[in-house]
Amino acid sequence: MVADSPPVAHLSDGHRPPGRFADLAFRWVALLAGLSVLVVLALIAFSTTHEAWPAFSKEGIHFFTSKRWDVPGQHFGALAFIAGTLLVSAIALFFAVPVSIGIALFITEVVPRRLRRSIVYVVDLLAAVPSVVYGLWGATVLAPKSTGFYDNVARTFRSVPILHTLLSGQPVSGVSYMTAGVIVALMITPIITSITREVFATVPTSQKEAATALGATRWEMIRGSVFPHSRGGIVGAVLIGLGRAMGETIAVALVVGSATSLTGRLFSPGDTMAAVIANQFGEATDTYRAALVGLGVVLFAITIVIGVIARAFVARADARSAGA
Amino acid sequence: MTAVATVPGTTRLGPAAKHRSRAIRNGLATAFITLSFVVVLVPLALVIGYVVSRGHQVFGVAFLTKEIPTPRDPGPGMGPAVLGTLLVTGAATLMAVPLGVLGGVYLSEYGKRGFVARVLRFFAEVMTGVPSIVMGLFVYTAVVLRTHNPNAFAGSLALACLMLPIVIRTTDEMLRLVPSDLREGSVALGSRQARTIVRIVLPAAAPGIVSGALLAVARAAGETAPLLFVIGSAYRTNRSLFNGSNTTLSVQIFNNARSPFLASQQRAWAAALTLIGIVFIFTVLARLVTALYSRRSTAQ
Repeated sequence: MVADSPPVAHLSDGHRPPGRFADLAFRWVALLAGLSVLVVLALIAFSTTHEAWPAFSKEGIHFFTSKRWDVPGQHFGALAFIAGTLLVSAIALFFAVPVSIGIALFITEVVPRRLRRSIVYVVDLLAAVPSVVYGLWGATVLAPKSTGFYDNVARTFRSVPILHTLLSGQPVSGVSYMTAGVIVALMITPIITSITREVFATVPTSQKEAATALGATRWEMIRGSVFPHSRGGIVGAVLIGLGRAMGETIAVALVVGSATSLTGRLFSPGDTMAAVIANQFGEATDTYRAALVGLGVVLFAITIVIGVIARAFVARADARSAGA
Repeated sequence: MTAVATVPGTTRLGPAAKHRSRAIRNGLATAFITLSFVVVLVPLALVIGYVVSRGHQVFGVAFLTKEIPTPRDPGPGMGPAVLGTLLVTGAATLMAVPLGVLGGVYLSEYGKRGFVARVLRFFAEVMTGVPSIVMGLFVYTAVVLRTHNPNAFAGSLALACLMLPIVIRTTDEMLRLVPSDLREGSVALGSRQARTIVRIVLPAAAPGIVSGALLAVARAAGETAPLLFVIGSAYRTNRSLFNGSNTTLSVQIFNNARSPFLASQQRAWAAALTLIGIVFIFTVLARLVTALYSRRSTAQ
């Protein structure tokens, strides 16, 4: 930077200001503090993988391909939980993505400028409610009330081929993939909204005004100017939401129903990787515990990969808007 | 935007039917956009409504201070969990905030746009996406398995891992907003860079950093997953950070949510009310700090 080079060089000719050593030390301490991020990430990867190794080496590829999770029989196949994680995340994204994009458009394009900040606060409130509170509400209020609703939906689509399979199942007191997905959707909506909103804010005003000046309605302006400019950023935001959805633990543990089953029936109870860890870790020892830590390793790896891809998308969107 | 005024005239030149279908589509889209905001308001209001209406019955001074009764017994008592939450979150803050601020200082003041800083910034962002339960597993495997001593400190280590990247990122962003004139002025007067940072740059960015740290505390205070198996399980007051198991509001809510006893469930709702209250206080404090700061800086 311009700041430090010329004046310091001049001063050091004659009388140096005191504290050259302290200055250097501060710089190194700051660097070490910054490096702590990499250190912690590396330690997480090493420590958990090390602990999970007995399960990985015992099961091999079956850890990922077998759906048999049989604790007394010492078989640990995580396929049902991996599928359950994907299913709950898919449901959550199905609800959260359109709604989040809608809210982001509401904030950037529809609402008068002076109301924007209050609406952002309200949406952020959704993120401020702790996961366990959503879980408590989901397990004691939402789930019991949704059983009848699920039955009605299942009856309505009884004769439609694919929907019939998807929208069926026996929800035990309302806990199911669907209930978990809806709760997770609520929890990831604020994060997807805030990233999408930032992406929309980078759309050049000139492009939006140009569309409006050509006679476009608001919706045509959004489709013609806002969306094409933000596509990459939206993909990044959705991926970040996906990462959060897959890692969501406590609320899911309370409402997903804890059943080891590989199914596409959305109204059936099931389990996800994170929920299994939370629900079963307390009683686990030896290989069983190693297998649960192994689920954590898989979760860690998946979320890191998704995070890296997502950040690359968002960073590219940022760079493009900076260049424009 | 003056051009907008002429638009209705020009569009009316086109066929009337087409104009109407465009208007309808625009109306539908606007309705959907507005509706999406309303759609999230409903569950938010429901959750908060249930927490307040079910929680306020046993909530009070006795609830915050008394020991936890046995699951069947009705009545207030969540003192150990309130203390545990403050202990665990406080210790996590003492670890994560200084380290995170220093890390942010490196990114903004030394690393800037260089390779090391770019890599660190990238991984700090990725680290915010690591599920909190993984942090719990990490502290369990790295610390608790070795010491065989689940305690509040282990919980605060897990929360600190969660807070660290958030604090680093906000510090970095806030420091970059400090005008470089301030730094140049300080250096021109003969200050070393470290002195410039500590005396000039950090104070200038302090409100933003404090506000970011408060939001990180708010997020950590509500976390359950990283604490579940590292702080052990306890129902009695434990003032010690290092000695023996502890408990927090979040862990108590998680356990009581599945309790068959009405009395425990009711305490879970009151604990949820307490927890939301704590989170809310920290969030409002953060906003207040930001608001006071922006008023001061516009007054100058």
